[in-house]
Amino acid sequence: MKVLVTGASGLLGGAVAAAIASAGHDVRTFQRRPARIPGTVDVLGSVTDRTAVDAALAGTDAVVHLAAKVSLAGDPAEFEAVNVGGTRDLIGSARAHGVRRLVFVSSPSVAHTGESIVGLGADPADPSTARGEYARTKAVAERLALAADSDSLHVVAVRPHLVWGPGDTQLVARIVERARTGRLPTLGSGAALIDTTYIDNAASAIAAALERVDAIHGNSYVVTNGEPRPVAEMLAGICRAAGVRPPRWHVPARVARAAGGAVEAVWRVRPGEDEPPMTRFLAEQLSTAHWFDQRATRRDLQWTPAVSLDEGLARLAISYR
Amino acid sequence: MTLARGGPRAAASPPPLGLPGLDPAWSRLVDSTDALTGSSVTWHLLDTGAALEALGATPVGTIVAVHGNPTWSYLWRRLAAETLRRAGEGGPAWRVIAPDQLEMGFSERTGATRRLADRVRDIGALTDVLDLDGPVVALGHDWGGVVAMGWAVDHPGQLSALTLLNTAIHQPEGSPIPAPLRLALAPGVLSTASTVTPAFLDTTLALGHPVLTAGIKRAYRAPYLHRDRRAGIAGFVADIPATASHWSAVELDRIAEGIRHLGVPSLLQWGPEDPIFSDRYLDDLIDRMPHSDVHRYEGAGHLIAEDVDYAGALLDWLDARRETPAPASAVTGAGAGAAGSARRPLWSNLDALSASAETALVELAPPSGSEPRTISWSLLSRRVRELASGLAAAGVGAGDRVSLLVPPGADLTAALYACLRIGAVVVVADAGLGIRGLTRAVRGAHPDVVIGAAQGLAAARALGWPGRRISTTRLGPAQRAVLGVTTSLPDLARRGAASELPPEPSADAVAAVLFTSGSTGPAKGVVYTHAQLEALRDLLATQYGVGVGTGLVAGFAPFALLGPALGARTATPDMDVSAPRTLTAEAVAAAVAAVQGRVVFLSPAAIANVVATADGLADDDRAALSGVELVLSAGAPVSVELLDGITALMPGATAHTPYGMTEGLLMTDITLDGIRAAGSASAVPTRDAEITAGGVCVGRPAPGVSVLIAPLDADGAATGLPAAAAGVTGEVVVSAPHLKQGYDQLWLTDEAAVRDTAELSPSRGGDARWHRTGDVGHLDADGRLWIEGRLPHVVVTADGVVTPVGPEQRIGAVAGVARVGIAGVGPRGTQQVIAIVETVPAARRPGLAAPELAAAARSAAGVPLAAVLVVPRLPTDIRHNSKIDRARLSRWAERVLAGGRMSAP
Repeated sequence: MKVLVTGASGLLGGAVAAAIASAGHDVRTFQRRPARIPGTVDVLGSVTDRTAVDAALAGTDAVVHLAAKVSLAGDPAEFEAVNVGGTRDLIGSARAHGVRRLVFVSSPSVAHTGESIVGLGADPADPSTARGEYARTKAVAERLALAADSDSLHVVAVRPHLVWGPGDTQLVARIVERARTGRLPTLGSGAALIDTTYIDNAASAIAAALERVDAIHGNSYVVTNGEPRPVAEMLAGICRAAGVRPPRWHVPARVARAAGGAVEAVWRVRPGEDEPPMTRFLAEQLSTAHWFDQRATRRDLQWTPAVSLDEGLARLAISYR
Repeated sequence: MTLARGGPRAAASPPPLGLPGLDPAWSRLVDSTDALTGSSVTWHLLDTGAALEALGATPVGTIVAVHGNPTWSYLWRRLAAETLRRAGEGGPAWRVIAPDQLEMGFSERTGATRRLADRVRDIGALTDVLDLDGPVVALGHDWGGVVAMGWAVDHPGQLSALTLLNTAIHQPEGSPIPAPLRLALAPGVLSTASTVTPAFLDTTLALGHPVLTAGIKRAYRAPYLHRDRRAGIAGFVADIPATASHWSAVELDRIAEGIRHLGVPSLLQWGPEDPIFSDRYLDDLIDRMPHSDVHRYEGAGHLIAEDVDYAGALLDWLDARRETPAPASAVTGAGAGAAGSARRPLWSNLDALSASAETALVELAPPSGSEPRTISWSLLSRRVRELASGLAAAGVGAGDRVSLLVPPGADLTAALYACLRIGAVVVVADAGLGIRGLTRAVRGAHPDVVIGAAQGLAAARALGWPGRRISTTRLGPAQRAVLGVTTSLPDLARRGAASELPPEPSADAVAAVLFTSGSTGPAKGVVYTHAQLEALRDLLATQYGVGVGTGLVAGFAPFALLGPALGARTATPDMDVSAPRTLTAEAVAAAVAAVQGRVVFLSPAAIANVVATADGLADDDRAALSGVELVLSAGAPVSVELLDGITALMPGATAHTPYGMTEGLLMTDITLDGIRAAGSASAVPTRDAEITAGGVCVGRPAPGVSVLIAPLDADGAATGLPAAAAGVTGEVVVSAPHLKQGYDQLWLTDEAAVRDTAELSPSRGGDARWHRTGDVGHLDADGRLWIEGRLPHVVVTADGVVTPVGPEQRIGAVAGVARVGIAGVGPRGTQQVIAIVETVPAARRPGLAAPELAAAARSAAGVPLAAVLVVPRLPTDIRHNSKIDRARLSRWAERVLAGGRMSAP
């Protein structure tokens, strides 16, 4: 199968491209700068450039779409252009080129209202309740993708939750940097259970979704390790693996949410290049439970995570050594 | 009173559309001949006949459902829906006919005033017109219950069952009618309250538990929106025969007598929170129809049809009746006669030893004084005989329920055996239930007589418990008046000395109602017959070698009471029975010395304190204790360390710990050595993965006991067929001659406790009774039973079912861990397992476990743990302080692990 993987310069996109290539498929990657994944061919371009997308998609059987603007803050227009516009163009192009399969890589935040998620499955994406521009635009995009599901184009949405691992510049690096400078508090009691996804497991799940898309198209699946942990324990585990001291100070969850809201307001008035130190979204993420029912995911994807949480932390520790 | 108060005329009509839960397709208008006027009259009624026909279902019979006042057939909408749902799924198809009584609901307003006899004839005229095929089940609520009973009495050929929700048929002489109705009947109040204002209607609609939704209230009010339409409500209230001279009293008496002779099964579903039809009316109905199946729903009230799933229960009951079409009389007579060998009643030793001057009882600290009191067999025997005769002479008879609020001791023992001897049913509720639990238990059991010490009677008075009151001691006239006491045990004994004993009760007569601890839910009354208690006595005698002349020290109330039945010389140690933790080693030694005790029965909490106070023992105390041959810990599991501790005090004794429950007090038994052997056996690796589930080994079944396991399915429900296969985890199902007869007034609970046991091959004879214990465990290859937890505490993860005790034991072995509770959070089927740990030293506040402890717990647990939490103290049951309240832990863990505040569990 000829497969196009978009967004392969990111940690997850690269791992996905490698996993699909190692399964024997002919993989082309598409992103703005070279991804250099062994066994794949780089095609350079932006998903906001329809011509480049057309060129990349020509002659492929399937596309795995990861390219997105992922950030806690930023210009709403840019989120809209990349996440919504890019996905819309990609779908249009895929149809035009007779591409038969689309794996849309999404996020559980598309269905997250800010309340605790305790053992739920993949609820429908809902832009009206999603928290923040990233989640909102991904929700719109996932709905576009699933709306395009048809006999000629099989679409499945996969939502890996909190992907982390060696080389991760998003989650792990931020946690470690804040812990190192003493800016990482535990919110509330730190007992809220959160489920995360080790990078290799996220990649193998997306690769599995590609293999299974003809049987399961039209659905959304949340992917996790299936090993929820109290958030403080998870943060401490990452800190220990990176060789920094785990957070030792607590902030009441309510205070953090209020502070996050205030900080967001300031950042909106005075937008800068840097990210706000705390957002309401982040405060919610760190003080409410979010773990998922993985039964349908594992059954339908015929997949189980190969790397346990403990093994993942051990590999992370090696990467920091 | 005048009869011309019926109100204006109005034609019948269908109800308005859009009433919640009511399908307009069920509504019909049907004409019949008015029993009162002889002219034609039009009914509105619900009839599911057409809907059944549309489903292609052939009715097995008809349920004629009669609403009361001031409701209408809307009351029965859930029954109509449920019968159609079941018929649609291929179940038995019951047609429901639910008329609006004339002048009520949407039936015709004729302007006539109808009396009870008219209403009974009216419904008869309607069922004649409808030309019902097949058997008819009469169903009624409130005053509709009276009409349904009247129909039942008049249609014996069609009637197949009588089923009632809160209602009444008899107003006892001299007892006031319920206050709300007294008010409604007061001159002037009736017309204003019932017709001018809809207050009577509103009062009734306010009785829902939980409160009715606005939509349902609107639906109930729909036919009564205007004063003109409410005349029937007033007419109905005026028709209540509050006095013997009332115009409807004759008809009421006719029906009340008639239901005694119906000869069909009956089901009474009852909401005890009913200010009008209180428990005494239920009691009266049971008196008239003693074969009735009864389910009393704690927390439900007058509008029971809104409060609980009465319809599902009713249809389940009808199904059960269809499967086993037993004649009504067989329901109570089923059983258990001591076939073959001659029966030995519980009081046989009292008769055999009636001339013996040997010691029967020693009270080390009698309630009456500080000096130990010794009672000989002849004295005890005479006292029991006199009390039995005296109670009989005072009108207490076979089947009467007697609540004993007497502290353990000679008074209680004598009263207990006297009641048993005359066939009265002893109601025993433990003060450990707490005052609310006790009140609920006593009210539910509805005793005819309360025998109590002054303290108990004061509580009975204050809390409004029912029953005639008898004091244990003679009281002054003032106190008698205050407590409502009619007589005392000494007075009864004197009266009994001159009178004859009544005949002995039969072996299958009910002997006692014992209340469960309530540690596993609201206390339930457990019914025992004489034969079953006799079997228990015989088993204790065999299992522990207790017989005539055995010295027995009883620090555990239930077994103390059986001392005289066993013929044992029984000593009650100096202790506060409501606080077994107060029993000291010295007190046990004194009791042992007093009766040359060979056998000692103690509760787990008592054992803990006895071991803890061993330093206070003098040399002769230790000498006395060295003569003990058997020590038994009953009531809850006890640790090897404690059993070690107690055998160190009693070096000649074998320590036993039985497994049982209020429903069957001794099912399996194991000795300390047996526990040790099982411990080393469980350490041996086994190929059978199920065995590694772990658990507490409670030994092999006692003689005559069968233990089976109903395997758990993937959802953690015990749906498998009970079997004796080793290594399979499931619900423990037991059978024994001394097993309970059933639960008191809890038909649904009864059914649940014997679910899927009818087909089990009985181990003995044809009358085996089985009981689902609610415990989860497995049998091992040596036939030993291992308990893995309670069924509701099973955690159902995505990878399978986890029973709590195994992980608790394994984590409990981690250094620094005192006790552990396993909880599940999240939706069943994808739950996460959580360990909640009590540490040494205790944590100062609840929170996440330290990383080292969490890691150690995780590697020990044997199952994946999502979180390890520490708490200063695990919540436990009040009575034994040993059963960890896992349900509460789960609720707490669910909250804090979802990001809630870290409070104490």
